Amino acid sequence: MTHPCLVTLERDSAPRVLFAGDRLVEVDLPAGTRCIYPKPPLAPLRDVDAAIRYAINHPLGTDPLYAKLRPGMKVTIAIDDLSMPLPPMRRPDVRERVLRIVLAMLAEHGVDDIEMIIATSLHRRMKPAEIRWMVGDEIYERYAPDRLYNHDAEDVDNMVLIGETELGEPVELNRRAVESDLIIYVNLNFVPMNGGYKSVAVGLCGYKSLKAHHNPWTIRKSDSYMDPAKSELATVIARIGKVAHRELNIFNIETTVNNRMFDRSLDFLAKNEDDLTPKERLLLKGLVATTARLPQAARQAIFNKFPAPYEVTGVFAGETTAVHEKAIAKGFEQYLVPIEGQADVLVTGIPYISPYNVHAYLNPLLVTVMAQGYLFNMYRGAPLVKKGGTLIITHPCSDKFDHEQHAPYIEFVHRILPETRDAMELHKRFEAEFARHPSYLQMYRTGHAYHPVHPFFMWYWGENGRQHLGRVIVVGADNEAIPKLFGWETAPNMDEALYRAKGEHSHSLDITLLHVPPIVMGDVSLPGAR
Amino acid sequence: MAGAYFDVDGTLVSTNLIQPTLFYLVNQATPVQTLQRLGRALVGAPRMAVAELVDRRTFNELLYSSYAGMSEDRLMMLADEVFDRVIRPAVYPSARDLVRRSLDAGHDVIFVSGTLDFILQRVADYFEATEYIANRLELKKGTATGKLLKPVVAGPEKARLIREHARARGYDLDHCHAFSDSYSDLPMLSVVGHPAAVNPDKRLAWLAKAYGWPSYRLTA
Repeated sequence: MTHPCLVTLERDSAPRVLFAGDRLVEVDLPAGTRCIYPKPPLAPLRDVDAAIRYAINHPLGTDPLYAKLRPGMKVTIAIDDLSMPLPPMRRPDVRERVLRIVLAMLAEHGVDDIEMIIATSLHRRMKPAEIRWMVGDEIYERYAPDRLYNHDAEDVDNMVLIGETELGEPVELNRRAVESDLIIYVNLNFVPMNGGYKSVAVGLCGYKSLKAHHNPWTIRKSDSYMDPAKSELATVIARIGKVAHRELNIFNIETTVNNRMFDRSLDFLAKNEDDLTPKERLLLKGLVATTARLPQAARQAIFNKFPAPYEVTGVFAGETTAVHEKAIAKGFEQYLVPIEGQADVLVTGIPYISPYNVHAYLNPLLVTVMAQGYLFNMYRGAPLVKKGGTLIITHPCSDKFDHEQHAPYIEFVHRILPETRDAMELHKRFEAEFARHPSYLQMYRTGHAYHPVHPFFMWYWGENGRQHLGRVIVVGADNEAIPKLFGWETAPNMDEALYRAKGEHSHSLDITLLHVPPIVMGDVSLPGAR
Repeated sequence: MAGAYFDVDGTLVSTNLIQPTLFYLVNQATPVQTLQRLGRALVGAPRMAVAELVDRRTFNELLYSSYAGMSEDRLMMLADEVFDRVIRPAVYPSARDLVRRSLDAGHDVIFVSGTLDFILQRVADYFEATEYIANRLELKKGTATGKLLKPVVAGPEKARLIREHARARGYDLDHCHAFSDSYSDLPMLSVVGHPAAVNPDKRLAWLAKAYGWPSYRLTA
């Protein structure tokens, strides 16, 4: 029986509506195209606060949190940053709910040496308003800025090398966390690559540790990085994480949310276009027309204005691997749709948002991250598209950057990429130079810019997709230069893109549409593999 | 090896060239001399204001004409005070970090400023800069004439001095960095591979945005 999230298009099917950045565009796809839609949102927990209390009082694989507390101890609470979920969720963010309960418990047990660190790793520092949004007014007022602040991976005096893995990978972490009697990590697990050992081992680490796995060869060996069991990225991080967990006392709290990204008035965006009610169809037409006419700044302002109504589906606490296993299972329950066989052509829209451009424009480098990185990697088992197949995306690929957040990206795209697209060569020739760039480091440490090596990581993020795919065709690019720089082709419309994709194939193409957002992952089985 | 060329006034410290000069003017041997010098400076102020908008070199020449007649001893004696009381309190909080990062990256740090050499030397020592390129007063028989020795470090001349300096040290300009707050330093920023607008004025901020140069403030 066909899964309800799989739809095969017929001759009279309605056009599909895809994101093209902050626009919505209609595309006609041939009959026989297989469309993968997100699953409906999982049912939320009825009483989130009770679930949080239950989780920390009945943890997995370790003592309850209260049993680990003693008066006068030093506690650091590390918190996932605003890169997840996307877009930011309505208040109260689940992290605020966890923090309220944890902080009350710490107070009851005489623990007052508490500092909270936003585990940004090499991401940009969160702004005060963003931190406030995430932790709530009360906690923000009480703790910020002295006891609630962003991690700074370049604060050399406050980073400590605590050891190395059996393969010699350095484990360098935030000093305050290392010198604490207890680290409590508050995670929001939005995609399966997050959480687990990654929380502390990446969120609180420095560049020395990060470059052990944020490199081209690790990503090339990850199949996919959204499937921890087959992710080399997860393997290396686990190796580093185990050292951290051996040396430090860590209590992990992971939370999961469903995929209710759009408010009920817009949830038809995740539906099969053939199943829309007349009113929804009219609204969709209106949205397509409106986003086509509004200036970009207005579109971005509108999308940034509405936080997502995500609902909490799970809270798990205790020992890191046991907790993470549960969180991953919940994530897969929400995202995985069983798929049989791979496509010749994978079509997907690229939305306006990624983990790395909250409150900023999705610059062209991040388009590659979404296309050949995140969306390509949204599979378990095997890629959605065959080796050497074609990825068709819809996005304008405008040569536009946020000059504050993405300052080093501009130089990377305009000065470095024209030299070479080869990730290994980029790593070898240019990464070290960027890592020491005084201005970009200053902007990372005291402004709100990503770390100078972050654009390199973003290029590596697309590396397994780049190695697997034969070609990428962009529909609707507003320029030729950027796609060409990335090694992509352009097409004015979907028909032309499909015609190009057909190329010398004599057979009719197997086309799959990944209808995102919200997030959906293919659980791909190959013929004869079962 | 590469060089990191820093403008100083407005870039690393919030003072400009006028404040140290004023310190000298009000700290003369007698109150009468102080009044005379301040009076002369006030008379020349409108010309200086116009010159600052039009030509940095002329501005520097007019400004430093106020030093005419000051003894070398007095200039040197007050230099420590100028640094301690005027400049050091005005150093931007993260300015030393920025300079430190350049040194850590293996760059030689060179201050290029219209400030007078005996003051800039103290600033360079404080920041642990490798070298400095500064303006120099002409001295005759131990007394300042009020004229500047050539070359006058200002505007496009800074770019030429940097090119010459880089050539002499064997730096590849493509790998060199330059930092300034002012649009008037556009030539200096343009000759290196890695320009940065630090605490930029409006015109430089716009230009930095247009060219995708890093642009930031050191006040944080």
